[in-house]
Parts: sequence; structure tokens; C-alpha cells
Amino acid sequence: MASAQGSAVAGFRARGAELAPAGAVAVFLVGGAIFLLVGCLQSTTFARLTVEGLASGAVFSSLALALVLVYRASHIVNFAQGELAMLTTYVAYQLIQWGLSYWEAFFATLAIAFVLGTVLQVALIRPVLHRSVIATVIVTVGLFILIDGVVNWIWGGDFKFMPSPFGTASFDVGGVVIPHLYVGMVAVVLACVALVWALFRFTKLGLGMRAAALRPAAAALVGVRVDRMLAVGWGLAAVLGAVAGLMAEPSQLFLSPTLMQSILVYAFAAAVLGGLESPAGAVVGGLTIGVSLSLVVGYVPAISSELQLPFAFAVLLIVLLIKPSGLFGRREVRRV
Amino acid sequence: MTALLELEDVEARYGPVHALHGISLSVEEGSIVAVLGPNGAGKTTTLRAISGTVRRTGRIVLSGRPVQRLGPAAVGRLGVAHVPEGRGTFSELTVWENLKLGAYSRRGSIEPDLQRVLTYFPWLSDRRRQEAGTLSGGEQQMLALARAFVQRPRLLLLDEPSLGLAPVLVAELFRIVRELNEREGLTVLVVEQNAHLALQAAHAGYVLEAGRVVLAGTSAELRADDAVRRSYLGY
Repeated sequence: MASAQGSAVAGFRARGAELAPAGAVAVFLVGGAIFLLVGCLQSTTFARLTVEGLASGAVFSSLALALVLVYRASHIVNFAQGELAMLTTYVAYQLIQWGLSYWEAFFATLAIAFVLGTVLQVALIRPVLHRSVIATVIVTVGLFILIDGVVNWIWGGDFKFMPSPFGTASFDVGGVVIPHLYVGMVAVVLACVALVWALFRFTKLGLGMRAAALRPAAAALVGVRVDRMLAVGWGLAAVLGAVAGLMAEPSQLFLSPTLMQSILVYAFAAAVLGGLESPAGAVVGGLTIGVSLSLVVGYVPAISSELQLPFAFAVLLIVLLIKPSGLFGRREVRRV
Repeated sequence: MTALLELEDVEARYGPVHALHGISLSVEEGSIVAVLGPNGAGKTTTLRAISGTVRRTGRIVLSGRPVQRLGPAAVGRLGVAHVPEGRGTFSELTVWENLKLGAYSRRGSIEPDLQRVLTYFPWLSDRRRQEAGTLSGGEQQMLALARAFVQRPRLLLLDEPSLGLAPVLVAELFRIVRELNEREGLTVLVVEQNAHLALQAAHAGYVLEAGRVVLAGTSAELRADDAVRRSYLGY
């Protein structure tokens, strides 16, 4: 049956053939992994830099995934995603000040972030969503400024100190010192990413959200409440952002309103590197950016830590020029 | 026989373009009704007006309940399954996920529905993990029909099912639609360019031109009508 149909409908074959070349991506991933492994076995400095990079990369991954979730659902980039993450980190700080333990505050903050993201989508994004792209971009930029102002107004611009949930101890693996903090950061981020992935993959809500993101009109026809799905998507993105903020804070040792601003740029670079539409790409992209930043800054004397941000921009630019769909992205193909 | 669906003076427009100038038609419970007409007659818009994917005025009554103010998700939940032109399958989701989406607005186990749909489309079982986008055009159209059936619709809106399909597949598709109608009592409103096939499958039909109903009757009456014969059947 399939072959008889094949020729008659060859012109209507969609997607499938236009998938990103899986081979190139596999070579990239396997090559990268071998490079890191060999490097780590050769030199303890390299190993230390790699671990540091993975830890900060995990934070980029989480925020990049938040950006991807929103982008997939409504094809807008939420420029306020980082500031939202910063705000929720302040919420956690406040909860700890009020006497909650770190992990109580952590989970309470995730819940608050979910509600906040959902409410913001309904109140601010939904009214402009179908107007124009420019309008939504302006709203998210406005949100960026608004959150920044609110945080400065409530908590002030000076540094706040928050306890690290993982202490200051470290493991010693073959002469390489690995702080508990780094292991904890990677573990927490990966656990949250896995949970979100499972939600999308295995639950009815997740299926509805994927359908709403892929084809809103067709999803509505089978009874999916698309508006609601978009709001939940923003909630989940805010949760991932909160995880990023909470994990970024202890590595920077203090909390300030600028906490997430550079991380947002790295997360953008990570999301674009992975392909803006691909959740897996966001995670791989985040780790890749984290490790390569760490190695480049560690080994290339000309690029000091002040040049990290331009480096991220360079990655962004190169990806956009050479392979705009990113590592895992699909070229956009519209059937006519 | 009672009317499952009734349209009374339904108008719809896309911006300044008037697509429907007051359509009235009725679909009896358990029947297949064909909507014929040339390109731009408003056939697709008629289906879209029913499912709420275009803004409309007038009265649309689904088994006694006015639905003209409801959006697509709400109309879908009332038991109207719309298979739009170009299939509306989710190409990035697997075949099985596409089918599950059909039962999205219901609670409880959907396994029985999925098993039942496999009796009409047995080949879907082997392809359940495959991405829908990798199916052929004909298979995707079948999948769209299967998903609509999982919705347990009272009314199936089928838009140009033959578009871009090989004739042998089109015949197979209409055979299944007929089977669903006869065995499951499914009511179908089908828009079709291929008037010959449509009138073979349907019990009654409407001919639309420029957003108005210009002719209505049973399939036999329409087949016997000179104008229909010349314009749509081609002999």
C-alpha cells in the first residue's frame, strides 16, 4: 500500500526529508565529548575548567529552555525572561529572610514563579499577542524595565547574601577539586529539565501544549484550549527561569538586580545554537556555551572574563550566519 | 428524521471580503451531505463557520442548541469534528499522539476508542510511533479522518478530502467514510470538488455559488439535474 501511494503523493511528502542532518549533529556531540574527555584526562586545569563550564552551562540551559518554551508556543522571544528569573530569586531570598529553609523557599519560589508567569501572560501578553510581533516585543522589553524597577524599589540595588544550598565542601576526583555546589547546580537543573520533558512527553497537558504550539488552529478544533496552554507554557518557562536564577545566585555568591542580565545573553546564544525551536538543543547549547566559555577564558589570555559577553555574541552571530536553524533546529518549511 | 445541524441565513466575511451571503442548509442525523460548487463559492467557509474558525452571523443550531457564538474549542467539545483542508495533522507528533489528541476533550480511558479506530484503519497500528509528517499525503489524510473519528463526533466536517490524492486513495477514503456512516451512524458534511464521488457517497447535497445556496436536493435529484450534470459531473 505504501509504495503505491508513494509515487502518487511524492509531491506532498512533508517534513521528514527536511530534518536537520542528524549525522553532522552526532559528529559534533561525539567529537565534543571525546575532546572533553581526553582533555580532562590530560590536565587537571582542563578538567576544572570543564566542570566549571558545565555548572554555569546548566544555568544557561535552564534559562535557554525557558526562552525556547515561550518561543515554540507563541513565536515571540521573551526579553524579560532573565529579569523574571531575577525577580523570583529575590522572592526566594525574601522567603529565606522570613525564616523558611533553603529548600522550602526553593519549592515555594517555583510555585510562585509558575503563578507569576501565567498571570503575566494572561494580563500583558494575551491582549497584544495577535496584534503584531513588534507589540509583543515592546511588551516584553517593557516588562524587563518594569521588573528591574520593581526589584530596585523593593529590595534596593545593593548586594544581598543568600546561603548556598550545597555548602562550601568539595569532592576530590583524581586530583581535580569539584565543589559540591557545581555538582548540585548541574543535578538540580537536569532534574528540572527532565521533569519538564516528562510533563511534555507523557501527560495529556503536555500533549495539548505541544499541539497548541505546533498548530493552534488545528489544536482548537480537537478541543484544546489554546489560550490556556500558552498561559501554562509561560508559567513553566518562569519556573525554569526561577531554577536558573536560584542556581546562578550561589555561584556568583551574591544577589543583585543585574544577576541575570549577562546570563540572558548566554542563554540566547545557547537557544540559537541549539535551534530556537528545540528543547534538547537549548540544553545542549547551554552546556556547550558554558564549557566553551570556561575553556576559552581559561586558556586564551587575550580573552579575559570581560570579553565573555562579546564571545557569546560572536557565537550568536556565527550560528545565525552559518546555520540559522541551529544544531537541532528544522528548517522552516511551509506546505502550500 | 431530525436535523442534527441547521444553518439559517449564515454570513461570514474575511475582512472586507464577503464569503457567505446568507447560507441556509440542514443536515439530518445519520446522513452524509455533500456541499458542491466552484472555487470560491464559500464551501470551505461554510464548514469554518460551523466549527467557529471564522467569524459568522446568523443562526447555527446543533441538535437544538445555538452555537453561532461559540469558538472552535467549544464547538469541538460539543461533538463537531472538523478535518480541515490540508489535513490538519500534527506533523511533528507521532501517529499515536495525533490519535490521542482526538480524544483530548474527554476524560477517562481512550484505549477502546483507539482500538475501534484501528478496525477501520488497521495499518495505523504499525505506524504508531512514526512522526505523522513522515507519512505520505494519503496516509496523512487517513490519519486526520481517524483522529476525527476518535473525537466520537456527532457531526464530521470533511473539507476536500480528495485534494492531492491519487484516485485509488480517494475511493478508499470515501469507502471508509461510508462505512463509518453506515456502521456507526456518523453524520457527515463533506465539501468536495469531485462531485461524482461526493454524490455517490452522499444522501443529499447543496450546490453553492458565490456564497449562496443555488440548488439543494437528494443525491439522485442533483445527479439528474441538467446544470449539475454539465457543470460538475461533466457529461
